[in-house]
Amino acid sequence: MWSWVAHRVTGVAIFFFLLVHILDTALVRVSPEAYNSVIGTYKNPVMGLGEAGLVAAVVFHAFNGLRIILVDFWAKGAKYQRVMLWVVVGLWVLTMAGFLPRHLMHVFGGGN
Amino acid sequence: MSAIADPKAPFVRRNRRTTRGNTELWGWIFMRASGVLLVVLIFGHLFVNLWAGKGIHAIDFGFVAGKWASPFWQVWDLLMLWLAMIHGTNGVRTVINDYAERDTTRLVLKSVLALAFVVVVVLGTLVIFTFDPCPAGAPANLLPSFCHA
Repeated sequence: MWSWVAHRVTGVAIFFFLLVHILDTALVRVSPEAYNSVIGTYKNPVMGLGEAGLVAAVVFHAFNGLRIILVDFWAKGAKYQRVMLWVVVGLWVLTMAGFLPRHLMHVFGGGN
Repeated sequence: MSAIADPKAPFVRRNRRTTRGNTELWGWIFMRASGVLLVVLIFGHLFVNLWAGKGIHAIDFGFVAGKWASPFWQVWDLLMLWLAMIHGTNGVRTVINDYAERDTTRLVLKSVLALAFVVVVVLGTLVIFTFDPCPAGAPANLLPSFCHA
């Protein structure tokens, strides 16, 4: 039940980011200056934390989506759906452990 | 001298169709098939753009131009654009159908959704195919290095 709610909430959030992200990328067709100034706003620390949240949402939606596919198509999927939710949580923690420190290093560790 | 009264309905009306063919089934299958592909495409996208190298700090016009100089990333991004937009639009359509109870509310929300889908997909596709990595008159320090050759 809660994984279903979380799947919807993350899905809708990712969709709205996707719309914005395609529009900001389209600025490469306007001019290098226009694109660089807008993408520059993604590099400030507040946006950096937002990106971390976005990646967390994408990673959950991805692993839980694969779990839904296994529940639907794997003969034992329904039987193991609860175990698979913990596998999803475990994979999510592992993936975020690999991503977060490095991303936060990029965001807060200087650069330009 | 007919003994039998005229029937009330002169012809039998065909039963109203209660399904719309297999559209919803194909949508259901598409969500799963595109989902698997999107996991690969988006994890690859996030790894190359956010994890590798200097991460978010490396992203600028030159970075995008460098990627789209290769047909590999053009096809990657085009697939990601179309699959993610269809997958996401279909998902939001489901959410609207579930929560918007009034007919007019559903119609308005789904019309806005369809319009956003068309505008964003057409724009994104045009950008990938008409992109010029070395626009004339742009400052040289903002362009990828291959523009100077």
